[in-house]
Amino acid sequence: MDGISLLTITVLAVFVGFEVVSKVSSTLHTPLMSGANAIHGIILVGAIIVAGQAADPWVLAVALLAVVLATANLVGGFVVTDRMLHMFRGRKGVGK
Amino acid sequence: MILLDPVWTALLYLAAAVFFILALRGLSSPRTARRGNLVGAFGALLAVVTVFLSARLENIPWIIGAIAVGTAVAAPVARRVKMTQMPQLVALFNGVGGGAAALVALLELSHNGDPWTRLAIVFTLLVGAVSFAGSGVTFAKLQELMTTRPVVFPGLPVVMAAVLLAAVGTAVAVVLTGSLALAVLLMVLGLAAGALLVLPVGGADVPIVISLLNAFTGLAVAASGVVLGNVLLVVAGTLVGASGTILTRAMAAAMGRSVAGILFGAFRGGSTAGSTAVSERPVRSSSPEDVAVLLGYAQRVIIVPGYGLAVAQGQHTAAELALALEARGIDVDFAIHPVAGRMPGHMNVLLAEANVPYESLKEMSEINSEFRTADVALVVGANDVVNPAAKTSSGSPIYGMPILEVADARQVVFLKRSMRPGFAGIENELLYEPQTSLLFGDAKDSLAKVLGAVKAL
Repeated sequence: MDGISLLTITVLAVFVGFEVVSKVSSTLHTPLMSGANAIHGIILVGAIIVAGQAADPWVLAVALLAVVLATANLVGGFVVTDRMLHMFRGRKGVGK
Repeated sequence: MILLDPVWTALLYLAAAVFFILALRGLSSPRTARRGNLVGAFGALLAVVTVFLSARLENIPWIIGAIAVGTAVAAPVARRVKMTQMPQLVALFNGVGGGAAALVALLELSHNGDPWTRLAIVFTLLVGAVSFAGSGVTFAKLQELMTTRPVVFPGLPVVMAAVLLAAVGTAVAVVLTGSLALAVLLMVLGLAAGALLVLPVGGADVPIVISLLNAFTGLAVAASGVVLGNVLLVVAGTLVGASGTILTRAMAAAMGRSVAGILFGAFRGGSTAGSTAVSERPVRSSSPEDVAVLLGYAQRVIIVPGYGLAVAQGQHTAAELALALEARGIDVDFAIHPVAGRMPGHMNVLLAEANVPYESLKEMSEINSEFRTADVALVVGANDVVNPAAKTSSGSPIYGMPILEVADARQVVFLKRSMRPGFAGIENELLYEPQTSLLFGDAKDSLAKVLGAVKAL
């Protein structure tokens, strides 16, 4: 892809990022941080591409380490955010 | 094997990017948050399936094995972690994401001769390494593997400046030569810079740094997307970078601090050090039975939970106490300061875990005018967030921080471990007021004793 298209996409994404969370309630700061954290775990796609092109065993080893780390970020992030949000309930959840 | 042609690949990545945008939007409102998170997870799954179907990949069994290992390590931890340990877990996940981005960039160096691409590689490498090491230090601080106080040593600014200069120089050299050895050196410098950046940050400011590093990792991922020519990584990384920046600023504003003040305050000296002297003035201490009588015959009670409650894991006992009081016909609310708990918004998570209904959790702006109608304000393990010095004493380190105005309540009861000041290291004048009484002890123990005494009334 050419530089100008990438730049266009990046600038638009900055504005979307600012817009979508601009009015977040402080109640949700923790889950939102954790959810955004999970989203950057999508570096997994990059790690998979790099590992899939690796010919040298050392390169493969480093790339697989990146795959493990990125998966931990992605899977762990979504799971823990879901667990947190599961606890936010309305009135009917009172008592045990 | 390639099953998808490039047009379908691009469309599927676009769909995943849209899911991420919907996820962030969902996560910023309580009603849609859980669905938002699931939409995000679905987007990620879609993207991973797409890469397997569309790129020419070798080593597929190895890659699937590595994904299985990452899942097997992270999922049980995510499922079992105590809610009070959430901040360090978020730091840890952020750190490994940053580390992954740095490694991807390092490996891409040998494929790319174009200086612009190398510039993006160098950026990813450096920012990813900063995020990895910085998150590692925040994890160590929050897990109390090291002191939570700011760590400063003479000459820190000089060392930091030297590391940054060396990093910039090395980065330029990598862009010009494409040398792998220099790239490894750059990564090491990035690790050092990340650690040096976070060491001087102390106490309650640590969570804000996690949010900032989260935004950094997002930017590193976006830059890696430029390197790989992958639009999804560019969009997802930029989204996290931008939304993380907003979130960091919102959190800092809730504490009356600036992001620059948090990062560089300790360099200038002073800000979070404060005085640790304990004054000898008399305070009114009280027994669990006294507190129970005060609460049990009130009409309106506002509970102010803080860090001490989070650390003692007393949220369930606090919720039980609220139920016991409501059973006596007393109106009970929880007043939540935006930075109560161990990170902004954390207290809401803890109380939600204890089944406190969402409607009883009142935000600061909503409840501050209601303290004057309250018979008792019960402050459990909070100090700085109710300290009137934030409004009255312009020399105080917390001056300007919005506070909960518990002083307006007819009676104020503090459950505290000791007279030791809170994070900010400053005394709370409210403790010496005539309407204030103190019950010393661990927050959870004290709450359990008060609960027992309320039930016995």
